[in-house]
Amino acid sequence: MRFTFDGRPMTGEPGDTLAAALLRNGVRVVGRSVDLGRPRGIFAAGPEEPNALVRVGADPILAATTVELHDGLEARSLRGKGRVDLDAVDERRCDKGYLHCDVLVVGGGPAGLAATLAAGRSGARVILVDDQPRLGGDLLNSRLLLDGAPALDWVAGLDLPARVLTRTTAAGYYDHNYVLAVERRARGERLWHIRARRVVLATGAHERSVAFPGNDRPGVMLAASARAYANRYGVRAGRRAVVFACADSGYEAAEDLTAAGVDVLAVVDPRPSGLPADVEVLAGQVVTGTTADAEGVLTGVRAGARHFDADLLAVAGGWNPAVHLFSQSGGRTRFDEELAAFVPGTSAQAERPAGACRGLYGTREAIADGYAAGAEAAGRTVPGLRVPECGERPLRRPAALWLVERTPGSEPAFADLHRDVTVADLARATGTGMRSVEHVKRYTTAGTGADQGKTSGAVVVGVMSALLGAAPGQVGTTTFRPPYTPVSFATLAGRDRGALSDPVRTTALHDAHVARGAVFEDVGQWKRPWYFPRDGEDMEAAVRRECHAARTAVAAMDASTLGKIDIRGADAGEFLDRVYTNMYSTLAVGACRYGVMCGADGMVFDDGTTTRLADDHYLTTTTTGNAAAVFDWLEEWRQTEWPDLDVSFTSVTDHWATVAVAGPRARQVIAAVAPEAVELAFMRYASVPVLGVPGRVFRISFSGELAYEVNVPWRYGRALWEAVLELGAVPYGTETMHVLRAEKGFAIVGQETDGTVTPQDLGMGWIVSARKPDFVGKRSHARPDTARQDRKRLVGLLADDPAALVEEGAQLTAAGVAPMLGHVTSSYHSAALGRTFSLAMARNVSPGDRLTAVSGNVAHPVTVVEPVFYDPDNTRRDGDPLVESPAPYAGECRSESPAAAFAARFEAASTPRAHLREVPFEPMWEVRGTDPGAGLRLGPDWWLVTGDVPPRPGWVDVSGQRTVLELAGPAAHDVLITGCPIDLDPSVFPGHAQTLLAKTSVILERVSPETYRIYVRSSFARYLAEWLIDALEAL
Amino acid sequence: MTHPDFLWRNPDPKPAYDVVIVGGGGHGLATAYYLAKNHGLTNVAVLERGWLAGGNMARNTTIIRSNYLWDESAAIYEHSLKLWEGLSDELDYDLQFSQRGVLNLAHNLGDVREGRRRVNANRLNGVDAEWLDADEVKKFCPIINVSDRARYPVMGATLQRRGGIAKHDHVAWALARQADAYGVDLIQGCEVTGFEITGGRVTAVETSRGRIAAGKVALAAAGHTSVLAERAGIRLPLQSHPLQALVSELLEPVLDCVVMSNAVHVYVSQAHKGELVMGAGIDAYNSYGQRGGVHVIEAQMAAALELFPIFSRARVLRTWAGIVDVSPDASPIIGPTPVDGLYINAGWGTGGFKATPGSGWVYAHTLAHERPHPLAEPFALDRFTTGALIDEHGAAAVAH
Ligand SMILES: Cc1cc2nc3c(=O)[nH]c(=O)nc-3n(C[C@H](O)[C@H](O)[C@H](O)COP(=O)(O)OP(=O)(O)OC[C@H]3O[C@@H](n4cnc5c(N)ncnc54)[C@H](O)[C@@H]3O)c2cc1C
Repeated sequence: MRFTFDGRPMTGEPGDTLAAALLRNGVRVVGRSVDLGRPRGIFAAGPEEPNALVRVGADPILAATTVELHDGLEARSLRGKGRVDLDAVDERRCDKGYLHCDVLVVGGGPAGLAATLAAGRSGARVILVDDQPRLGGDLLNSRLLLDGAPALDWVAGLDLPARVLTRTTAAGYYDHNYVLAVERRARGERLWHIRARRVVLATGAHERSVAFPGNDRPGVMLAASARAYANRYGVRAGRRAVVFACADSGYEAAEDLTAAGVDVLAVVDPRPSGLPADVEVLAGQVVTGTTADAEGVLTGVRAGARHFDADLLAVAGGWNPAVHLFSQSGGRTRFDEELAAFVPGTSAQAERPAGACRGLYGTREAIADGYAAGAEAAGRTVPGLRVPECGERPLRRPAALWLVERTPGSEPAFADLHRDVTVADLARATGTGMRSVEHVKRYTTAGTGADQGKTSGAVVVGVMSALLGAAPGQVGTTTFRPPYTPVSFATLAGRDRGALSDPVRTTALHDAHVARGAVFEDVGQWKRPWYFPRDGEDMEAAVRRECHAARTAVAAMDASTLGKIDIRGADAGEFLDRVYTNMYSTLAVGACRYGVMCGADGMVFDDGTTTRLADDHYLTTTTTGNAAAVFDWLEEWRQTEWPDLDVSFTSVTDHWATVAVAGPRARQVIAAVAPEAVELAFMRYASVPVLGVPGRVFRISFSGELAYEVNVPWRYGRALWEAVLELGAVPYGTETMHVLRAEKGFAIVGQETDGTVTPQDLGMGWIVSARKPDFVGKRSHARPDTARQDRKRLVGLLADDPAALVEEGAQLTAAGVAPMLGHVTSSYHSAALGRTFSLAMARNVSPGDRLTAVSGNVAHPVTVVEPVFYDPDNTRRDGDPLVESPAPYAGECRSESPAAAFAARFEAASTPRAHLREVPFEPMWEVRGTDPGAGLRLGPDWWLVTGDVPPRPGWVDVSGQRTVLELAGPAAHDVLITGCPIDLDPSVFPGHAQTLLAKTSVILERVSPETYRIYVRSSFARYLAEWLIDALEAL
Repeated sequence: MTHPDFLWRNPDPKPAYDVVIVGGGGHGLATAYYLAKNHGLTNVAVLERGWLAGGNMARNTTIIRSNYLWDESAAIYEHSLKLWEGLSDELDYDLQFSQRGVLNLAHNLGDVREGRRRVNANRLNGVDAEWLDADEVKKFCPIINVSDRARYPVMGATLQRRGGIAKHDHVAWALARQADAYGVDLIQGCEVTGFEITGGRVTAVETSRGRIAAGKVALAAAGHTSVLAERAGIRLPLQSHPLQALVSELLEPVLDCVVMSNAVHVYVSQAHKGELVMGAGIDAYNSYGQRGGVHVIEAQMAAALELFPIFSRARVLRTWAGIVDVSPDASPIIGPTPVDGLYINAGWGTGGFKATPGSGWVYAHTLAHERPHPLAEPFALDRFTTGALIDEHGAAAVAH
């Protein structure tokens, strides 16, 4: 395999890490240190690497020890910091996945493999994750024989009854046994979210270093890593080596290095006696320094008076159980004097460490412990699990050696190689008065590097304990925080990028708007037409033309995005009386009324019209942006405060497509599309055929003109829109809607209001019932500050210069300087007025007052006026009479399903493994109260009934509210788990559920073992379709 | 950066103090410092249950700005910003206070309107503020994606050039060092567990290190204030939530300003050391456990990549959470309480780091004079009964 390092061509072997390949090519200096610029080499063989940091393509910083070599790889060295290449493109496409299991085993070494076997054999659903490409853990690095054969034969012979994920790093351990793991897949990473009943942490242990002078030279390496390079990759990390063995593992490294052809000169063992070995053992001694060539690369090792010419110093400083995940889970570590290391103490979750992760470093004891952990996790012991034989020596107590004192003039002794933190730095920190390891970490930055102190943490604690004269257990560790190893932003974002970063909601009319060249505005997640420019028109011209049409002829707008809530029950009126400031229980059937809702603080929260459809049946509309919040608000009050009221809510926002037809000639259009509604009085409603299909017409106006809101089920929405335009209505967008309403002085929630405005402030005291005993917000209206007379009020403003448009957001002052009296909330050019005008919230002003509106560097003189600019006497409300009865619209009322436009792309993305289509239309109802004995139960007293059943009274028609996508095939489940967080395993999934898929809520139904139906809100269908197509491609 | 060789003594608590400050975060330390410096009160103890400034002070994303909407907020935060501008010199410590400019991005027409409104209010209040359109945003911060094909395109931004960041630990240690030098006792590992209240007046605190008598008790316990106040019989309108933040690995300089976006919920800066420091909104649930849900981080990263696609392969190194005390109007509560001698400074929620010197200044004044500093007056506890809220939530909707 060919690769380059800093532009130099090199070759490596398949299976190499970049670090192994660099060593293979004799590279000793891989980078420079972050502060001091000292040369640094490869120090470790795994994710704990503090030194060998490289940049590869779009990856600004990676440890060379974690990069799998591939042909053509280009790596560049770094100086402790990553570099974002502004031109590099990241082509990886990441996604997510959700898994559930009885037992999650983290780590595929001897303990983890044994635990997997024991748990899996007892019938538990087991997942095993391991960050290496192959299972085996430490066995991959060793020459150990199990039952007389290479240890990896034992691994290969295991028939693991589990879902095994290799190249998968468990990165975070959260509450309720929720583990986040990153799988490196060819297309990009997958972020797994694993919910486990029990977790076995078999995460092994990390070797640590010792703070001796000159311990950062390229050529100084952890002993187990030198051994791993020799055994696993067949690479010698040096020719002549000294081993510094604070733990017996150093002897094993010495043997393996010798076997690999390295000339091992000596083992330096600080303990009083060494082990018998083929090389010289300096017992009771320590490494006191190193020598280096001109480039700073290791040339020799000093141990007291002795000096060895060596290019490799293998340091076995002792072992630290990898307690990172244990600690993240909330578990408390304790310092074990015998092992001279922090080990797992008390667990906080349903979790158990096993093997080296709890200080059981021997292979046999780890396997035995793994079996025990697996059985415990599964709650059952299975017979026939045997611990293989091997010829291990019992391990002696390691030396608790953290630092070797410097002699004057010697090289610095580093505690943290990545952050260039020396023993002297630590001494300075404790000298300031700092006692806490957290302070020292921050003062020195030790442990904050890319490796998060995996090799340095214990050294820092050890050195501090020496400096403060306190036991390491008293010093304690810093908190281990997720992630265990760094996770890229792209991995965490998964598929939520670009157009999928947040659902785009669209109406039934969307494609028609796109075809007409509409410019869109983001309103919450919705795309709403902002204006409809004709050739070459800018916004101002388009809006002037649209307004003119609405004021003089007829115009139409897509109003489908307004929230619509179907409210039923004997107490529906009473409920509305409590949440709105005005009365609804007295509203006549067939009548509409405008209302305002306040928060508990008395401030305006939402507004809209509510229509009484029957005695016990209302339809409420909300603002576009607040629809979900209002729905939740109603549910919250019903469920928590007034559970005794007989009332239920059903969202029908997506069921109905709504076209607002406004203008003096609107009646002409209505007569053609909904002839039976033509006589409708102001603020009245009728359930009538529209284009021959069952529809609803409301005579509501937000412009002061004669206006109707015409509703048809989603699938006829586009046909209605085309018909209305064909009949002469000019399409208009939200900007024109805003101008028209502002001319009439109608406030917009979120524009005139900002959470600090009461209905009274808006001049709508009339809408706040004085008769009702209570309603949400009433008490707050009585608070002294809220009842003040000099609060800001809604006013109108006219600039002296009728052509000058005062900016929205301009502040109002008496003379251009503070104090501010208020601010401009709305400001437009008005075709009807032939000038500009504004609305504002201001205090202590009255009509006729002269003010200065300041925005940026511009100050406009303005005059305060009443906030109604157009037709204050409401003379235009009834429009023009019909000019002879027009013929009913003769065009076709075509039906179009929400995902119709995707049919071909669904087909193209489908494979025999997973097939996606939109299910043909079926009627649907939501049912509350009594069990209909059919359909899907959605929640307490709540069902969805679909298909050809005769509806019963009280059922809410939601046929257009959702569309149904069908995903079928053996891989359907694999697609769904990339976006659905619940457990779809047949043993637990009840057959259907309301849940999330991607970033939208769905009802998911399994109709046969390999066929799922996804009921998605129609306005989210486009988003989910795009998402599913990407998920199919990721299979 | 070289730190001083000496920071603080580690004294044992004395039996009594004139003022006992509960909580050794930024606000507690600043209060102690200004009590000594401005008011000559040095028989003061700061009681900290953990390690000094290990709470939100150690966990925040260090954004400093004063471009708040309402007059009352602008006044107190601007007072604080002015103090920041001289603080490194005054404390003789490099606080790495960097006025690199803070952008608050607008992604929809409502954001634009509110952004302009805030800029105009700021300027009239003497707070520096500018409105940038999308092109100007791109010029100011070239790595931001201002493409109109983004899911929520950048439509403009407010800019406060005097805003920026500082190194939180240095700030805490600098204040601690000066307070200690004045003779204030900084007592770590000392948790206040209760109050001794006689005849409606607080006379002592009970702590894990015994009873400590106090002339006055000043709460500065951030996310745990409501728990403490309850032990004095006071119910506060505060909700405690986890607020998470994270850092990337160290990177060579790539971002030289602070970028905040409320609509897509992320804010980013690059610390001196090189890591990208990022945060998002609060976790929805109330909690005192200093840990949050990972879904918040995932959403935050998706939002960050919409603004900065070039960071796709930057990596999250460390995530954490602090517990923030959120008041109903997202403004602080400063002043006396119904218990005589017991004072409160809380409710700074997600944005109190920037207020550290200003808050310490007005709180110390309030304690010394036994009446609110004029800048603190509007932030009295009784505003929740009168309704005179200073609602930075609804109107400006900018956190931190
Ligand atoms: C993730 C995050 C990001 C943030 N980002 C910003 C930002 O960018 N800009 C900004 O301005 N603000 C930010 N903040 C908010 C800011 O950190 C806080 O508002 C501010 O730090 C609170 O004041 P403090 O420093 O005194 O709090 P803390 O540092 O939390 O101090 C309170 C202290 O009280 C101690 N304590 C509690 N109970 C007791 C007891 N019973 N006895 C003794 N001691 C006790 C605690 O241990 C703690 O040390 C952020 C907060 C978080 C969590």
